[in-house]
Amino acid sequence: MALSIPAEEYMDPGHTACHGCGATLAMRYVLKALGPKTVLSVPASCWAVIPGAMPSRTVRVTMVYTPFAATGASISGLREALDIRGDTDYNVVGFAGDGGTADIGFQSLSGAMERGHNVFYIMYDNEGYMNTGVQRSGSTPFGAETTTTPIGSRRTFKREPKKVVADMMVAQGVPYVATATIAYPEDLVRKVKAAQKIDGPKFFQILSPCPTGWYYPPEKTVEVSRLAVQSRMFPLYEYNMKHFRLSRPNKPITVREYIAGQDRFSHLTEQEIASLQDLVDERWNRLLQLEKDFP
Amino acid sequence: MMKVNYTAAMMTGNEAVAQGVKLARVKFISAYPITPQTTIVEKLADMVSNSEIDARYIEVESEHSAMAAVFASELAGIRSYTATSSHGLLYMHEMLHWVSGMRLPLVMSVVNRAIGPPWNIWSDQSDSMSQRDTGWLQVYCESNQEALDTILMGYRIAEDEKVMLPLMSMEDAFILSHTSEKVELPGQDDVDSFLPELKLGFKVDASNPLGYGSYSTPDGPFMELKRDMMESMWNSKPIIRKVTSEFAETFGRDYGGLTEDFMTEDADYIIVASGTVASTTRYVASKLRKEGKKVGVVRVRYFRPFPEEEIRKAVSGASKIGIIDRSVSFGGAGALSLEIRSALFRANGPDAVSFIAGIGGRDVREIDIKNMFRMLEEGNSGNIFINSGGVS
Repeated sequence: MALSIPAEEYMDPGHTACHGCGATLAMRYVLKALGPKTVLSVPASCWAVIPGAMPSRTVRVTMVYTPFAATGASISGLREALDIRGDTDYNVVGFAGDGGTADIGFQSLSGAMERGHNVFYIMYDNEGYMNTGVQRSGSTPFGAETTTTPIGSRRTFKREPKKVVADMMVAQGVPYVATATIAYPEDLVRKVKAAQKIDGPKFFQILSPCPTGWYYPPEKTVEVSRLAVQSRMFPLYEYNMKHFRLSRPNKPITVREYIAGQDRFSHLTEQEIASLQDLVDERWNRLLQLEKDFP
Repeated sequence: MMKVNYTAAMMTGNEAVAQGVKLARVKFISAYPITPQTTIVEKLADMVSNSEIDARYIEVESEHSAMAAVFASELAGIRSYTATSSHGLLYMHEMLHWVSGMRLPLVMSVVNRAIGPPWNIWSDQSDSMSQRDTGWLQVYCESNQEALDTILMGYRIAEDEKVMLPLMSMEDAFILSHTSEKVELPGQDDVDSFLPELKLGFKVDASNPLGYGSYSTPDGPFMELKRDMMESMWNSKPIIRKVTSEFAETFGRDYGGLTEDFMTEDADYIIVASGTVASTTRYVASKLRKEGKKVGVVRVRYFRPFPEEEIRKAVSGASKIGIIDRSVSFGGAGALSLEIRSALFRANGPDAVSFIAGIGGRDVREIDIKNMFRMLEEGNSGNIFINSGGVS
């Protein structure tokens, strides 16, 4: 079988990510798919730190660092300016975390997608503010313990369901929306390359497990990523305005099996696990309906 | 003086600014609407839609985004522009630091408007004065002509390799922005020779991939970069003087440099003011001169870099000076007063009274300025609110 993932590397050793960092793999695969004519806009996030301190940098493409809420608007300005210059073949990519996307950067994301700039917006989703020490974000799933939803004596874990930005982008009518994760790199790379052919905004939500914030051993990152898909906690899909394609797990497991290895969920009672399973099933049914609506 | 071609027309300050942006051959505009800035961006959108200007225009979802978009386009080497007012400027605050810290020579117009609550759309300088420490050059205009000319001089100064810092140009809300007066429009050829194309040495380029603004440890270049910004601010002073005088030679209008003095040489009492209040102050001073009073006026054009030497020199012979501030630092004084007092203290200069006037668009009348001169003569000191009662 031919290798579907380009062999070229655009990241160098020596970066400062935690052991087992899923977000680092997400960047590596995205850059392999896009190639060297890529300009990244990265807001405050783990990825603002991972490449290293001045003057070192472990990423071989142009990287513009921006304040937290500036991703969507900065890729809009970059795209327009590069087009004015005649550099229409550059890939302009916002690469932001889930807090920077679902929370503080949402207004700017939504505006950039609405205006229809020819840009990628990639949300690497590690389900919390991990760079600042594992605080809750809108994208943190129901049931998770974080440093701002500590268990304590009142059991104040995150009580609200995950805010899924990709689903919101589908509802907004963004021309290409996909979810992906690092356990399925062929799928991830194929989707990025498919999106590259679209002259318009492209939104990706890439689940990037975080051993530091999810409390599992760092060598398990790819496994946790795979189990997220198999348990349908993180379904993989692709939407291009005409078709909605939802990947079926080939070895389905329950939510209980997915969360078993992650200490952020270890406090949950049977009833609470059942509630999480219900949330997962409800969302899965909504996605099946989308697939029917866009066959 | 060279012979220059120009046409003259009646126009508002906001239209004059838009004409300046067109003459400066700006290629990218991003903005978010706010009263009283709106007629600038409406005019620019109109020019784009009629192909009168070769630029792209995007209306974004907030002022923070407007500044983020022009930050990014300028980093790609494209001359860019935005405009705002009041709360819009405050919402941009974080991005203002980002633009100056990245050494991007943007020019922005600020139509000075009060900050709520309560809501108030009229003129004062609280918005721009609270951006004092963002690393932007600040110019306060007093006429529609100056508002246009400052766009042209602004890009020249900001883009000078010894400066490489952004510049904001202020107009008083409504008094300039929405009031028509005669404005001379310079010819495009003359502007083109005065203001060459932007050539950004470090623009985004895939063949030379760089990291822009990553992070620095305490021992990294962080402090050196900030120090360099300070040095560039001081270096900008001779550049401002040079460009202002070159502009005067080319276009026949001399704005004097960082400040403009009016009858200060032998004056006992001097009022320092900025924006349109300075015009009223000059008018009152001329009248008082006819009555034999030795009064003068200093108009502050540049608040950043602060024209310390100019002000010290202009007021050194006065027995007392007053400073009109259209902003207030609660618990301190007006922003201009704080700076001038500090400059004069080091020079053992005259006592400086802070007159806080025209807040939220409150009229600054002839009688108010006469009262200020009278209070100086009578030996008043401290911080004095003008034409204002107490809250009942």
